Amino acid sequence: MGHLQEEFTKVQELVYELKIEEAMTADVITVKPHNHMNELRDLLRDHRIAGVPVVEKNKLLGMVSIEDFIKSLADGDVNSRIDAKMTRSVTFLYADEPLVHAIQKFDKHGFGRLPVVNRKTGNMVGIITKGDIIKGLLKQLEVNYHEDEVRRYRANHVLNDIVADRISLILQYDVVARDFERAGTASSELKATLKSLGIGREIVRRIAIASYEAEMNAVIYSDGGTVTAEVMNDQAKIEVIDHGAGIPDIERAMQLGYSTAPEWIRELGFGAGMGLNNIKRCADVMDLQSEVGKGTHLTSIFYFKKQRNDEPTRNH
Amino acid sequence: MTSLHEIIEPLGLEVKTSDTDLNREVTGGYASDLLSDVMANSNAGNLWVTLQMHTNIVAVASLKELSAIILVNNRTPADSTLVKANEENIPILVSKSPAFIMIGKLYEMGIR
Repeated sequence: MGHLQEEFTKVQELVYELKIEEAMTADVITVKPHNHMNELRDLLRDHRIAGVPVVEKNKLLGMVSIEDFIKSLADGDVNSRIDAKMTRSVTFLYADEPLVHAIQKFDKHGFGRLPVVNRKTGNMVGIITKGDIIKGLLKQLEVNYHEDEVRRYRANHVLNDIVADRISLILQYDVVARDFERAGTASSELKATLKSLGIGREIVRRIAIASYEAEMNAVIYSDGGTVTAEVMNDQAKIEVIDHGAGIPDIERAMQLGYSTAPEWIRELGFGAGMGLNNIKRCADVMDLQSEVGKGTHLTSIFYFKKQRNDEPTRNH
Repeated sequence: MTSLHEIIEPLGLEVKTSDTDLNREVTGGYASDLLSDVMANSNAGNLWVTLQMHTNIVAVASLKELSAIILVNNRTPADSTLVKANEENIPILVSKSPAFIMIGKLYEMGIR
């Protein structure tokens, strides 16, 4: 429903944006004032139309319709000149008016078509029907949709479109200590950004796992820090730098299942002693530096091209 | 392939999120209460059966592109978790059954 309303307001916007001349038919069938009503019949039948403008020297003199023809048939004077039978005081539109004026005039007068006149020259330049309005709107919606698609495509190929011998794009996210409401936000945002840069899904998935684990470590064990991603042509480097306690024994910390997490953290499902192992399994290169009392610096590198196994799959 | 909405009624699950896509395909399932374990071993499209109910389960499910979270033992998620879940389009479903029964039923339905 929300989507429909959005489309509806888009159409409303377009009827103000589009000009009559953008939707009208410029190639108009007309008659001259000295033509006879008999000729009108053939013209209307051949073109399957219900009325035509009466024009001389590009000037609009009036409109003549199938009703006028029927009337003259009933009166028995089908041989009379058109200018004797036409409607003279004609409602028309200027070419530079917005489309909405045409809609309003159709609604008000119940006409099927309205002639269009150039405001400066006074010449008749086209005719517009309800069908023309619908076609014009659909065409414009399609143009807009296409532009939208192109924009979306471009956004997904930012990296491909950058021409340089070396690219280095830095993305940095803050990590707040012990904030479990926001924890994981940096990784989520990084993942979305890498995706929109057009980096392969499998690599983005591996980076997301590694950055999440490193981010959670910083949330749980440090006084806060940053997640920094450097995106290059052929690789991404993720650095998570935090300030705080540091890791006294890196070798032990790397052991699967080893954790120093307090009980309340474990109850939340963290502190399984798997985080660093997950990072190591996902990254192509991993380096962990830490100084007790100062903080921890974790670097992981992901190569875009190198073939490796997909993210760790479980054994059945 | 099973879609999410097909399992909700037969399993008597209560949908806690208001604004999430229940038409997505379920590619299998994973059960764990350790977040790193889920990060390491679940696959995209998996249902996640857990009793953890704090906000961070949404981050994990979103990062791993899981199809939904099933909370067992009638655990009620915090409002902040539901807000986040709606934002991230991660359905949270609640079951009265304990994990073992829930997983057995899912397995019987062909979700492996």
